[in-house]
Amino acid sequence: MSKISIIIQREYLSRVRKKTFILSTILTPLAMVAVLGAVIWITVKNVRNEKVAVVDPQGVLKSTLPSSKSVSYQFVADADTGNYTDKGFTAILIAPNTGINKGSNFKLVSEKSLSRMSNERIERDISHALENNLISTQLKIDPALIDSLKKQADGVSIEAVKKDELGELSSSNFDLASGLGYITAFLIYITLFVYGVMVMRGVMEEKTNRIAEVIISSVKPFELMVGKIVGIGAVGLTQFLIWIVLLFGLSTAMSALIPADVMAQAAQASNGMPGGAGNAQASDAIRNIANAQATLSTINWPVLIGCFIFYFLGGYLFYASLFAAVGSAVNEDAQDAQSLTFPITIPIILAIVIMINSINDPSSSLATWASIIPFTSPIVMMSRIPFGVPDTVPYWQLGLSMLLLVAGFLATSWLSAKIYRTGILMYGKKPSWKEMLKWVNR
Amino acid sequence: MHLLEARHLKKYYATQKAVDDISFAIEPGKIFGLLGPNGAGKTTLLRMITGIFFPDEGQILFEGKPFDPMKDIARIGYMPEERGLYKKMKIGEQALYLAQLRGLSKTEAMAGIKEWFVKLEMESWWNKKVEDLSKGMSQKLQFVTTVLHQPKLIILDEPFSGLDPVNSNVIKEEIHELARKGATIIFSTHRMEQVEEICDQIVLVNKGKKILDGTVKEVKQQYKQHLFRVGFEAMPALEQTPVFTVADTGRDHALTLKINEGYGPNAVLQTLIQQGAVIHSFNEVLPSLNDIFIQLVEGTPATRQFSKVIS
Repeated sequence: MSKISIIIQREYLSRVRKKTFILSTILTPLAMVAVLGAVIWITVKNVRNEKVAVVDPQGVLKSTLPSSKSVSYQFVADADTGNYTDKGFTAILIAPNTGINKGSNFKLVSEKSLSRMSNERIERDISHALENNLISTQLKIDPALIDSLKKQADGVSIEAVKKDELGELSSSNFDLASGLGYITAFLIYITLFVYGVMVMRGVMEEKTNRIAEVIISSVKPFELMVGKIVGIGAVGLTQFLIWIVLLFGLSTAMSALIPADVMAQAAQASNGMPGGAGNAQASDAIRNIANAQATLSTINWPVLIGCFIFYFLGGYLFYASLFAAVGSAVNEDAQDAQSLTFPITIPIILAIVIMINSINDPSSSLATWASIIPFTSPIVMMSRIPFGVPDTVPYWQLGLSMLLLVAGFLATSWLSAKIYRTGILMYGKKPSWKEMLKWVNR
Repeated sequence: MHLLEARHLKKYYATQKAVDDISFAIEPGKIFGLLGPNGAGKTTLLRMITGIFFPDEGQILFEGKPFDPMKDIARIGYMPEERGLYKKMKIGEQALYLAQLRGLSKTEAMAGIKEWFVKLEMESWWNKKVEDLSKGMSQKLQFVTTVLHQPKLIILDEPFSGLDPVNSNVIKEEIHELARKGATIIFSTHRMEQVEEICDQIVLVNKGKKILDGTVKEVKQQYKQHLFRVGFEAMPALEQTPVFTVADTGRDHALTLKINEGYGPNAVLQTLIQQGAVIHSFNEVLPSLNDIFIQLVEGTPATRQFSKVIS
């Protein structure tokens, strides 16, 4: 086995076997799903079934209050504030006696105050009933007809359609693409930092422990540096793969476990959406989910995931070797490390700024060039890819960007190897960037 | 044939001549002491011998052939002064890792580690982490990782620092054992009493230059000051004589005499006996390496001044 693979193995195993790695890798998606599940569970659980007795002597509501899962109505002539609890109701709704067609003067009596949601629900139900009532009495039109008209008009959503060079029409969902672009670009940003700093700390540890001296007397400095970078990169990749598998697995398990109507209710409850009958709402929610699934399927997942892994690795290799060079130059002083990493972090932060710009206008020349130049390309390109590969990001741009990134990380690792070779055995005061550049030429 | 020969080694840094024309040769199976005050250039010298640095000028011969770091490194074991160990790694795995980097296969490494761990009573340490060990314990571990691959040349930088007398002796015994088995040992230190005890040959460097080279005996002879310690039955009253001068009046009926140029010990004894002194004991006082070291290094600034190198 070659020495470099022994180093990679150690760097990889010593991190993957750490309790903190196992915990954070497995618990992060679990925690995300658990929090999501808990929110849904709580909102669903909180929807108590309120049984409301309705007293409507004037027939204002025309017995048309539709019951739903959270509130069920029953028109009872002989109920009053004195005996509604005995009849098994949690509240009593008393319609105005005067017959005026205003929504005021309704009285809701209950022992415990109802939840805000139930209150709103009852208000909405009453106003809907009144509306229907008025429509049918004054306009002489079937309210169901109005409902169906409204529904037709409600179904507006803008479908952005792009015309690509081949003249074929492909539709894309702008919101979804920008959301995905944002998430993936941000993930790359975070991982560049987390794993870059991990590399730097590893190098600093070896230097301050003087173990670098022992190891460099048996392997070349370049092998030690590359072994560390590759080993830690493999840790990052492992973490991503576990997350992807866990998230897919958990979300499938979740949707299998939770019955459809609960899901629907959850969607309704969390949105607080006004709407018609409970059943109709449930089917709405299902339709929304189906819609979302349809738009999700418009994204080219293999390309997206493939590019994500490429740009994660490319960007990581590009920056990790620079971080390694800094780690080799400083001693245990964290402040020295900070001041030397500053020039490295500037392009990363710049990339994030351009990325936010690029999300809004993925075809702008700023976004295009920033996604080709290797300093910013991992982050900015990831924000553009979800908008569609052959049309928003032409193949030549993607190819050039990838080529330059590979050339870029070869260049940074060459540069860093030179600094590293000298720095790892230098003790004493922290060198300036100028001195480090001198080491390169040695 | 010399195991290692350095010829006119030079290594200059921007501000100082770290190693300035040093030559020496080491016989196989010998224990070689590399001495010098702090900052004398010992570490730079060792780094050139271990292949970490290339000399600016000069040549290193390993077993008679020019030193090729890539090839010869497997035959060298280097133990730096500070603990070069991963704090969070388990002892056993760490030893295995370092041995594998030295080019041993996994099975060879395991066998070697087991043997050494038994020998140095470290079997129970396997699953401990380095951070749980005392300084002395990790020094022991480091020693094992240095000699595990049976190197021809073992370089030890201050191997006894942090060790208690018992463990010092254990390591000392092992060093002698390794030398008996044919390994050559370079031993860098500034603890002179250890050098006198262990080393066959020494080189003293100061300010990048070699100022002393030879066996311990030779060096002591070279720097002896013709001092003799004479014990008497009773303190005699000595008259002035051209043969010797009294260097130290001393206690317990003993005097340290410095023999003057042109006379020998016999002349001293004759003079003393003529003066009626009853001699109880008579022996030569050789300078300790410590004295020689201080004598040679003193007068030069304690720390090196930085100066521009003109080359």
